[in-house]
Amino acid sequence: MTAANLTADHVTVLAQVADKQSGEPFFFWLLAIVSTFAALGMIFMRKAVHSALLLAVVMLCLAALYAIEGAPFLAFVQVIVYTGAVLMLFLFVLMLVGVSSTDSLVETIRGQRLWAAVAGIGFLVLLAVGLGNAAIGNSAGLKQANAEGNVMGLARLLFSKYVFAFEATSALLITAALGAMVLAHRERTTPKPTQKDLSTRRFLAGAAGVHPGPLPGPGTYARHNAVDMPALLPDGTPSELSVNPVIAARTDTASRHADLYGDTETEALEQDVAAVKAATEEAEDASAGPREVKEAGK
Amino acid sequence: MSPGHYLALSAILFTIGAVGVLVRRNAIVVFMCVELMLNATNLAFVSFSRMHGNLDGQIIAFFVMVVAAAEVVVGLAIIMTIFRTRRSSSVDDANLLKY
Repeated sequence: MTAANLTADHVTVLAQVADKQSGEPFFFWLLAIVSTFAALGMIFMRKAVHSALLLAVVMLCLAALYAIEGAPFLAFVQVIVYTGAVLMLFLFVLMLVGVSSTDSLVETIRGQRLWAAVAGIGFLVLLAVGLGNAAIGNSAGLKQANAEGNVMGLARLLFSKYVFAFEATSALLITAALGAMVLAHRERTTPKPTQKDLSTRRFLAGAAGVHPGPLPGPGTYARHNAVDMPALLPDGTPSELSVNPVIAARTDTASRHADLYGDTETEALEQDVAAVKAATEEAEDASAGPREVKEAGK
Repeated sequence: MSPGHYLALSAILFTIGAVGVLVRRNAIVVFMCVELMLNATNLAFVSFSRMHGNLDGQIIAFFVMVVAAAEVVVGLAIIMTIFRTRRSSSVDDANLLKY
């Protein structure tokens, strides 16, 4: 064994020992497995929100991998820009489109999934063969490049060698911001209705029989204050207007007044009506007293 | 660790993203898969940067992030505009950009 060979062997052994001591293999395999499964889940989840959350997992894993690989600046940018901004933008749009939107499982192109899987596996094999044939030696490590600190090193390159690309980036960002504004802007085809227009419209509708004022709240005069209880009008009739139309369409008014005391529906409704009448009379008595005093005071 | 491991992970993530683009029909999810592919290439760039011992790869990854951010802004705005007129975010329904 020559001396050169010996030193080369030493170097590899030393590199392996340093590797094991830094705990890099453990973190790499952990993050690799988590990110691969999260990415697979992202494809297979039917709900778009779940996909977005799994994408967040993948991005956080990648940020940790960047940190391991001696790119702390990129790791932070990954968390701030991707997980913080881009993914939140995705979630915003998902909320606007509707969270409950799910993909239908019907294939519009026959055999689309099968052929996509075949193409994916073929592509992976292609990449694997390419990587296998490439001469990937041991990594040189970033100790020297990061000697001043990662951010300093990046800044030195960014503002000298890549300064033109950096300037072009600013133009790109401005264009993107403008584009988003243009695309999000909606031209009004009709003038915006003023408060006066809205009021006129409401009273014109009132002339046609629609109540122009606000609708009564549910359960206002009843013994209950649940949203599905219709308000009882002072004469004791339940007001269908006070309940959400969806609820009103679903059940009968009388059945909603049935309560836990074991009364029949009509009995419960009669009890409620009687209670309302009593309360109305009480209120009238109470308001009659002070009013007389006031008038006497005048 | 050898850069090969990182490159293999990057290749796997890229392939998963590509299959997602082919398979999914919700435009937003397709877009997320494109983001996954961009992230995978970033991982490869960072690994190459470490392999060669200089920071150029990290600079490229940084530029990829900037371009991806701009792309997301415009792309999501387009998806929203299509959704507003079509009431759907499926890529099957968007075959005419004008109406």
